[in-house]
Amino acid sequence: MSRSTTRFDTKKVNSELVTLTYGALVAQMIKDLDNTDDVSKQIERLGYNMGIRLIEDFLAKTGSGRCLDLKETADKIQTAFKMYLGVQPNVTNWSSSGDEFSFMLDSNPLTELVELPDDLKGLKYCNIICGAIRGALEMVQLDVQSWIVQDQLKGDQSTEVRVKFIRRLEDAMPAGED
Amino acid sequence: MVIFGIYIVSKSGGLIFNYDNNVPKIEKEKKFSYPLDIKLRVENKKIVVEFGERDGIHVGHVLYSINGIGVTGQQMDDGQDALEFLNKKENYPVVIKFGRPKMTTNEKIFLASMFYPLFAIASQLSPEPKSSGIEVLEADTFRLNCFQTLTGVKIMIVSDPSQTGVEILLKRLYEIYADYALKNPFYSLEMPIRCELFDNNLKSLLEQIEKVGITNI
Repeated sequence: MSRSTTRFDTKKVNSELVTLTYGALVAQMIKDLDNTDDVSKQIERLGYNMGIRLIEDFLAKTGSGRCLDLKETADKIQTAFKMYLGVQPNVTNWSSSGDEFSFMLDSNPLTELVELPDDLKGLKYCNIICGAIRGALEMVQLDVQSWIVQDQLKGDQSTEVRVKFIRRLEDAMPAGED
Repeated sequence: MVIFGIYIVSKSGGLIFNYDNNVPKIEKEKKFSYPLDIKLRVENKKIVVEFGERDGIHVGHVLYSINGIGVTGQQMDDGQDALEFLNKKENYPVVIKFGRPKMTTNEKIFLASMFYPLFAIASQLSPEPKSSGIEVLEADTFRLNCFQTLTGVKIMIVSDPSQTGVEILLKRLYEIYADYALKNPFYSLEMPIRCELFDNNLKSLLEQIEKVGITNI
């Protein structure tokens, strides 16, 4: 695998390019839709659609196998954060039943240059991450819910992305694995 | 390196990509006089050799052309019925070309969707629980390697039985699929892959293998 990672070395781009492009996208959406809730929802859908494609890239590049435990899943999403956003979030706040956890992002490349105006306080700017997590996990037959708990844009210390395991999609399991 | 073909089957069992790679062309042209000493038969709307194997013409080969006029199905390209033409003594001597039947796209789609339940059955038949489906299927003239991704996409390579290192190629194909099909915003999931970049990268990968060998990619 080591050889393929060097050859496939992800083309590094300046994270500012991502920040600016994403910012432009959200700004345009706010212009197009007047309801902030709708924008949040659309961003989440956008992330979902990215996630269902991105998972394939992640699996092809890391060669990782199926998770049989949520802790393993959390670890893998952590590596995915590193791969796609260049940040390494902490996995914390496990629920006692072990079906819920959070990613703590101390710095978030998406919001680095962003300040939310007062009339957009309801906007879930980072919802794209939640969508991507949900979409990607759905493709590997894990149904999860994901939402933003804390947001640096709203004055919190760090950004917290919560993930809750709902169920395994047994009927969607590919043949030979069910 | 002998790779005959590459197939990608979507999660729902549809053939979404197929590429035929250096399949040797087998064609034989020969002059015949009346009466024709090869028994022909109509099968699946094609005219095939039923009996009388000789001079490189084998049972199962289909009629390609008569006197240089192509034959599609049972009809010659100038509108005559091929079998009727061959039954008339005045048309002889004739030059007939036979060859290995080519698979049509429809037949490929059909075969790909047949593999799907076979794969599932294999995992059910297994004496051990939690078995995978068919990973390698071997015959005396080819070997089929199948790799199923966690998301249920199957990538298959039909190669020479002696070909080694096909697993590496499968992994590389998966990477190319993830890059050039899935990251193309105008490609919709589960649909046939018609992406030029994907084709180009796949071809250059195969060329590279041809040159430096499968283990060096």
